Amino acid sequence: MTLKKTLIAGVSAASLLCGAASAEISDGVVKIGLMSDMSGTYSDVAGEGAAVAAQMAIEEFGGTVAGAPIEIVTADHQNKADIAANKAREWADTGQVDAFAELVTTSVALAVFEVAKQQNKIALVSGSASSPLTNEACIPTGLHWTYNTRALAVGTGSAIVKEGGDSWYFLTADYAFGEALERDVSAVVEASGGTVLGSAKHPFPASDFSSFILQAQASGAKVIGLANAGADTVNAIKAANEFGVVAAGQKIAGLLVFMPNVKSIGQDVAQGLQMTVSFYWDMDDETRAWSQKFYEKTGKMPTGIQAGTYSSVLHYLKAIEATGTDDTDTVLAKMREMPVEDMFAKGGTLRTDGRMVHDMYLAEVKKPSESEGEWDLLKIVRTIPGEEAYGPLSESTCPTK
Amino acid sequence: MLTDLLGFPPQVLFGQLLLGLINGAFYAVLSLGLAVIFGLLNIVNFAHGALYMLGAFATAGLTTYFGIGYWGALILAPLIVGAIGMLIERFLLRRLSGVDHLYGLLLTFGLALVIEGSFVKLFGSSGLPYAPPPQLMGGVNLGFMFLPWYRGWVVLAAVVMCLVTWYIFEKTKIGAYLRAGTENPKLLQAFGVNVPLLTTLAYGYGVALAAFAGVLAAPITQVSPLMGSNLIIVVFAVVVIGGMGSIMGAIVTGLSMGVIEGLTKVFWPEASATVIFAVMAIVLVLRPAGLFGNAT
Amino acid sequence: MNTKLAYLIAFALLLVAPLVLYPVFLMKLLCFALFASAFNLILGFGGLLSFGHAAFFGGAAYITGHALKVWGLPTELGILIGALSAGVLGLAIGLLAIRRQGIYFAMITLAMAQMVYFFFISADFSGGENGLQGVPRGSFLGLVDLQNNTAMYYFVLGVFVLGYFLIARAVHSPFGQVLSAIRDNEARAKSLGYDVERYKLLAFVLSATIAGLAGATKTVVFQLASLTDAHWHMSGEVVLMTLLGGLGTIAGPAIGAGIIVTLQNTLASGPLSSWVPVVLGLIFVLCVLAFRRGVVGEIQALIRKSF
Repeated sequence: MTLKKTLIAGVSAASLLCGAASAEISDGVVKIGLMSDMSGTYSDVAGEGAAVAAQMAIEEFGGTVAGAPIEIVTADHQNKADIAANKAREWADTGQVDAFAELVTTSVALAVFEVAKQQNKIALVSGSASSPLTNEACIPTGLHWTYNTRALAVGTGSAIVKEGGDSWYFLTADYAFGEALERDVSAVVEASGGTVLGSAKHPFPASDFSSFILQAQASGAKVIGLANAGADTVNAIKAANEFGVVAAGQKIAGLLVFMPNVKSIGQDVAQGLQMTVSFYWDMDDETRAWSQKFYEKTGKMPTGIQAGTYSSVLHYLKAIEATGTDDTDTVLAKMREMPVEDMFAKGGTLRTDGRMVHDMYLAEVKKPSESEGEWDLLKIVRTIPGEEAYGPLSESTCPTK
Repeated sequence: MLTDLLGFPPQVLFGQLLLGLINGAFYAVLSLGLAVIFGLLNIVNFAHGALYMLGAFATAGLTTYFGIGYWGALILAPLIVGAIGMLIERFLLRRLSGVDHLYGLLLTFGLALVIEGSFVKLFGSSGLPYAPPPQLMGGVNLGFMFLPWYRGWVVLAAVVMCLVTWYIFEKTKIGAYLRAGTENPKLLQAFGVNVPLLTTLAYGYGVALAAFAGVLAAPITQVSPLMGSNLIIVVFAVVVIGGMGSIMGAIVTGLSMGVIEGLTKVFWPEASATVIFAVMAIVLVLRPAGLFGNAT
Repeated sequence: MNTKLAYLIAFALLLVAPLVLYPVFLMKLLCFALFASAFNLILGFGGLLSFGHAAFFGGAAYITGHALKVWGLPTELGILIGALSAGVLGLAIGLLAIRRQGIYFAMITLAMAQMVYFFFISADFSGGENGLQGVPRGSFLGLVDLQNNTAMYYFVLGVFVLGYFLIARAVHSPFGQVLSAIRDNEARAKSLGYDVERYKLLAFVLSATIAGLAGATKTVVFQLASLTDAHWHMSGEVVLMTLLGGLGTIAGPAIGAGIIVTLQNTLASGPLSSWVPVVLGLIFVLCVLAFRRGVVGEIQALIRKSF
């Protein structure tokens, strides 16, 4: 009984205090719920690093925004959509969470979208790649920050066709993501004047790629596009190298490759591999400074997903600071109105379909001889303007755009 | 036309057959390890995939931290992981003697979760790079396909390992003890044979086989904590098809399932993930004890 | 008498639980409790370790999701169709699997479930790895809007009680007695003239159907069906729940499910968040080594010893 009384007294005192400071912040605190894969396949590219990145955005604000404290809660969704949906609902219903962040893997993002739509909360998606998040599956409050399959397709696809890689054969993971990626890249390749000779659908996950590599070899295509991700991409690239595909003149195009993937393939094998990235730590002074800070906290250089998480949280907080409220619609309007300006995105814009349009980069894996350190892995070959990477808003099939 | 077999040029077919055989070699070594363990302990070793992963990690770790190359790892990694296996048997599995064998399966399932989960924590989910040994770089053009030397070596090493194991179990005195231990451990104990020690050794040997497969796999697949977690289910199906506990069954079925899977990848790639399970279903209808098993 | 009282208390607690605890969490708990209880029917009372129950749980989840989202069926009917399809799937897998016992049975169910899993990865209607999302909750008999969490909770509680009652009935019926007899001594049951295989098959199908009922209900609660539901880890988790709670006890699996789901939920956002698989694995090992009777089994043994 006494405990309950103390609690009530405490809570009301706290709400009084905060109420005095900022009448417009709900519950007197800005709370961000960050959900990521902390223990599974994506824990390297997102995971705890993403939580650190979000924390860094909060620290930049000194821990308070518009006079109210900023809090972050994190959860490991274990790549399970039901755990994500459960947590998101719980956070929204009982935890006073105002926005969800990171949300790697599309199944999780979609599940949280459903909750965000019903509860009118902002969802800052960084880790998921699927274009549907800003197309048929879009919601008014769902913001897709870091990249998507279309941008990957445009970046890598058109660049390689321009270099003369005009006939393609795909190794496609036999599931929705793989097919979407193959479709997007095929469209880009054909639009740039190339041809698609065929594709082999491999099971997901596949343990051995040699026979698919052989089929790709037999196709005679100049480019073998890998419409898969993670371990599948790594294994396919290793097999292609082993079977002398690259030595025989065919080019490998990894369509979704992250820096940890490059590290696990090994620079020897991966050198020359082109990939589209949203971010690389070694681009300019700003990214280097930020990444160095990140490195000191985690012992690793940040991935695009992690940097994107930072950017999305920062922009969200900036909008709250500017409007003095955490009311979803007001903040959302402000976020759309302000350009996204930070070390991750320069002059990024937030469209009404939820897409954050910013420049993407075509990168190439350095030769081991060019590399000056463990993390000196990529060189930026080309900047892909945001408009080109993400296409015009008119292309979006989002009904609420 | 003769050059086209079912719409596929024979070169492609030969190539896929050979590749299937290579994958079959992995299945054979892994299912052989399971068969050895099942034969003597009567448990299904659910941790087999995790121990296979340990073998690959030991290989990469020996190179990174101790400068020991592939050939050293080929000997050392199975010994190290085999020793870990013997500890598992001695201190965990042995406590389950006398209770339902299903508990052994559940215990090893739990162990697999612990091992794989800890490795994700320690090494991250992306894994470590590992290159084939310099002696086996490159390959040979067979006319119908380019065969990397390393893949050729995998088949050779795996088949030799299988035959050695078969010889030990079927032709030597230790093998006779082991088989006797399977049939009637109490009687064997009465004859003065140290059956618990034999059991520990058998588990260690089965685990070492898994680690051996892990070493072979390290240069060609991603060395990552979860590399064994899905593979193991396929290997289970192989063991069921071959007949649980049958040494020859494990070897022959492992190789032939690799070939069947390889052919499926050509004719119907989408089904290649499930073809082994389908074969298993058919075999079970026709021969419930598996192809080489005795009805129990 | 005592058990009846315990059930009454438990039911009363469940009725008031949403006042204290978060209803969505409670619903998840009930779904898994029902899943584990259904699983226990085949393992605890039939003595058959199925390592493929995720196929029924996930299969029903997907079919119910499709029925509600695409066909626009009423919620109750969608759940019913999901559960029945799981039963049909159980019949197909069961016909194959009950030919063998013990470890073979476990391996076969595992392999068959893996086929089902691959089907859901590549089938068009299931949305691949994205899962089937945005399933409408609909309403109960067209009267009560299930979008409301409290209403949804009592609906789930109703389903749970129904399923649980069905299991308890089956266990205490002559059918359940024969099943236990088969588990304890199959040869003897056979020599007494029982058609052993038919009993086992029936138990398997019943277990699959109720596991499907749990999966179908879960789809409605979370408005999604995903590959997680059909993955073999799910099959492993339900074994853990059952084992932890107490094999072959009526209430054990539900309690085991409660512990595991609570644990997963709490660990997910604590400092141990990235250790969830390791913690579950350790519980598994501990259970098997030191704690084979499970929570309820140990308590029963304690009571027996002290009175």
